Amino acid sequence: MALLFFVLVGAVSLAAALGVVMSRQPVHSALFLLTNFASLAVLYVTLDAQFLAAAQVIVYAGGIVILILFVIMLIGGETNDFSAAQRAWSRVVGIGLGVILLLTVSYSVLTRMLKAPDDATSLLQGGTPAAVGNALFTEYVLPFELVAILLLVALIGALVLGRQSEGTGEGVPSIEASD
Amino acid sequence: MDWLQVLVFPAIRALILIFVLLTGFAYLTWYERKLLARFQVRYGPNRAGKFGLLQPAADAVKAFFKEEIIPNHVDKPVYLLAPALALVPALIIWAVIPIAKGTPAIADVNIGFLWILAVAGIESYGIILAGWSSNNNYSLLGALRSSAQMVSYELPLGLFLVSILILAGSFSLVDLVESSRQWWEWIWLWLAFPFFFICILAETNRSPFDLPETENELVAGFQTEYGGMKFALFFIAEYVNMISMSAIMATLFFGGWRGPFAEQYIWLGPIYLFIKVVVLLFLFIWVRASIGRPRYDQLMKFCWQFMLPLGLVYVSISAVLAVFLK
Repeated sequence: MALLFFVLVGAVSLAAALGVVMSRQPVHSALFLLTNFASLAVLYVTLDAQFLAAAQVIVYAGGIVILILFVIMLIGGETNDFSAAQRAWSRVVGIGLGVILLLTVSYSVLTRMLKAPDDATSLLQGGTPAAVGNALFTEYVLPFELVAILLLVALIGALVLGRQSEGTGEGVPSIEASD
Repeated sequence: MDWLQVLVFPAIRALILIFVLLTGFAYLTWYERKLLARFQVRYGPNRAGKFGLLQPAADAVKAFFKEEIIPNHVDKPVYLLAPALALVPALIIWAVIPIAKGTPAIADVNIGFLWILAVAGIESYGIILAGWSSNNNYSLLGALRSSAQMVSYELPLGLFLVSILILAGSFSLVDLVESSRQWWEWIWLWLAFPFFFICILAETNRSPFDLPETENELVAGFQTEYGGMKFALFFIAEYVNMISMSAIMATLFFGGWRGPFAEQYIWLGPIYLFIKVVVLLFLFIWVRASIGRPRYDQLMKFCWQFMLPLGLVYVSISAVLAVFLK
């Protein structure tokens, strides 16, 4: 039954991934992306990695896709501008990047298959919150802090970009004068 | 027998839960109308049945028989999907709430807290998509307001949840209710309750934070283009959300199903939880009857300049308390 479930959920996530690249409406793409993230979270649960599943939903479904929708709404997703896809070199670059991705993925899958398959449940024992927390704050504390600094830099960068020049006063046009 | 345990029993539990929640929704509308009427020195519904108790049934019949209108200018698949997406999170958040000793509503997972955070995170989709797919400026403005509001207030909400989690030491809500707390823990928790409740009001788009649907500036906000049963679904979502959030607050701050003799007689658990939920729902309606709506910039300013720093301070102090006093 576990296999059947895996095949069903996997098919949904694959179909959703196809939907992301094939639909012509940006908001529909975002929704397919959401479906894909959600079905991946379901797969994590079947692997006993409940913390990963929850984090997947909180970060990707609850944060990133909402931001994507925000951007689409603000810049107007209605216009189907495919001019980028018509440039000659964009096709070459796209196919090249796709081939590289395919090669790396198949390399890691094939080298794995030569070894005896590990039991996913025991491997992802680290899927429980306590184990993930212990790993993050002991073994991987340096990468963890580096990522935190990276995010901080991105945050400050966004602030600097979003701030208007000195002369215009406050960045956002506000109606505070009526207070 | 395995599939019976895995599929059939949870399915039956889920069906019962949905039935109870939808009945609860119906009578919550009655409760709110009656209470609002009392606050405004009126009678409230009193025609259909004794004390107007059949009013929800009459409303349901009316909603069912309304003509289904789909405007021509909408994005049809998303337009039809949005009401369902609004309702589902309000229902599934119940899965991890303990309703009696050792019994969660559906499943005791070791990520109960994260489940609440995750479901709260996807709650805004129904509103965002409704606003976008309606292809109407008022709807879009309502949707943008609501998503900004919900995403912002999720941060202090999450910080308070994390503080409770630090003190509880377990991700499971079932364990949280059953573990005993010291007296200072209760006092420290209750200090946070008013702020948590403010975040919940913003998350559920309830008055005074019902800016996504301010009728005097945005017609009806994100639900302007919806009618009949599809409008009713948004309505149900809002009210079921109130019930769910009240149950979560009762579980986190007031011991959930706990009460005198609830350990011995398991059936008392749901009754205590019900009483606590009804009292908390009264709070929602009381606030609605008493407090006016703030301006949108005031709402956002309050979140980012007051609630968020307060949440951060609360988390740090909770961590210190957990290390030194537990």
